[in-house]
Amino acid sequence: MRCRAVFYPAESGAALADDLLYLGLNDLHVAMGGKMVPFAGYSMPVQYPAGVMKEHLHTRAAAGLFDVSHMGQVILRPKGTYEAMALAFEALMPVDVLGVAEGRQRYGLFTNDAGGISDDLMFANRGDHIFVVVNAACKAADVAHMTAHLSGVCEVIPVTDRALLALQGPLAEVALTRLVPEVAAMRFMDVGVFGDIWVSRSGYTGEDGFEISLPEGQAHGFATRLLDMPEVMPIGLGARDSLRLEAGLCLYGHDIDTTTSPVEAGLTWAIQKARRTGGARAGGFPGADRILGELTDGPARVRVGLRPEGRAPMRDHTALFAGDVPAGDVTSGGFGPSVEAPIAMGYVAAKYAEIGTKLDGEVRGKRMPVTVAAMPFQPTTYKR
Amino acid sequence: MKYTKEHEWLRVEGDLVVVGITEHAATALGDVVFVELPEPETVVAEGDEVSVIESVKAASDIAAPCDGEIVEVNSKLVDNPGLVNEDPLGAGWFFKMRLDDMGVLDGLMDEDEYNDLIA
Repeated sequence: MRCRAVFYPAESGAALADDLLYLGLNDLHVAMGGKMVPFAGYSMPVQYPAGVMKEHLHTRAAAGLFDVSHMGQVILRPKGTYEAMALAFEALMPVDVLGVAEGRQRYGLFTNDAGGISDDLMFANRGDHIFVVVNAACKAADVAHMTAHLSGVCEVIPVTDRALLALQGPLAEVALTRLVPEVAAMRFMDVGVFGDIWVSRSGYTGEDGFEISLPEGQAHGFATRLLDMPEVMPIGLGARDSLRLEAGLCLYGHDIDTTTSPVEAGLTWAIQKARRTGGARAGGFPGADRILGELTDGPARVRVGLRPEGRAPMRDHTALFAGDVPAGDVTSGGFGPSVEAPIAMGYVAAKYAEIGTKLDGEVRGKRMPVTVAAMPFQPTTYKR
Repeated sequence: MKYTKEHEWLRVEGDLVVVGITEHAATALGDVVFVELPEPETVVAEGDEVSVIESVKAASDIAAPCDGEIVEVNSKLVDNPGLVNEDPLGAGWFFKMRLDDMGVLDGLMDEDEYNDLIA
């Protein structure tokens, strides 16, 4: 057997580079048999002894606990009014920040002058401040970006002493209410502060669930109490990726990046009416010309779901063809344990984006049939 | 049972050898989600890539361990690739070969030597 391509590096902990950062719960991951790999500069568990398939299916059937403490947590605290801060934040994103009610969270995107995406994020109105969660690989750049543009109206405060856990799946509420009873009343994208524990009802698996920020010193005890519950299993990066792919969610750096616009990426739902042409605060964000133009005229290429025929997965960078004509590329692909078939997403020229369009993907030199398909591949179960 | 450096096992069955991947390899790959098998009656040389195996974590090639002819393939793997994880040394076999020279088996590792390799 010869390795052709590794989708997740498989080194043991001992082989990791010295300059890697370690999560506060590193010892717990190792004690649980987590296979640690480098990811976004951190040593992260890619899987536990149960394996990616069982971890994925357990999350869809019960509840999975993910350590996402590598992600960036940032507080924006106004120097003047909340409104002035919200309006300044809107100058970085094609998103309605001002319209987010207290206690609610929204998906956001930093755009660049070319209309590409420099990161995607979650932000919440917590009354007197905004709480932001950004991708690990982008967090230093994001903090610098926010500091450069928002310092006049708010303090940009990286939160570096808190862990971030995600508890996802149909039994996440049952499990978490044993520790934080108040979460039972939350709906999808609500946020709440319960003493030291900050909770949002959200996640990145397509399942109902929660993200929980808590002081690092409390994280081990909190995680252990959840993991001792019969519903809860620890879940690594491998299953996190297959879960988000089935849910049709973008992975920054693969499905969206500095060259893809929010419109091409199919993220137009994240651009509220207030920021569109004719809206109360239309434009005024980086790349507005391209993004608003694409909203009106349609983009040249579009992110689509893809269902390969047969069982062979189509991984990222697989070239797509319509007959002999290049049609696009796969940006994420693998096997969907819940849909029990290979699934993928990628960009195709707009004329090939209609659901049901038959294309070919080149896998190991052979053209394999693939059909443009609706996303999500697996129905979402958010508690709205 | 004989073993190769590339984590394949060979078991003599009458005048044929059965070929699969070792438990060590199956564990390292993780859940196998796709197997592509060679066509029966294919004549192969040692080292030829004859099969593809994809897990949730990696894509790998299975090389022909010796010169010979592929006689039979385990088509059950196509619909149930998980057999490679469940029973790598039994139901998870890949193909049967007729070797040009059964004598080449003597040059492969025995179980103790293979266990030393992966230790």
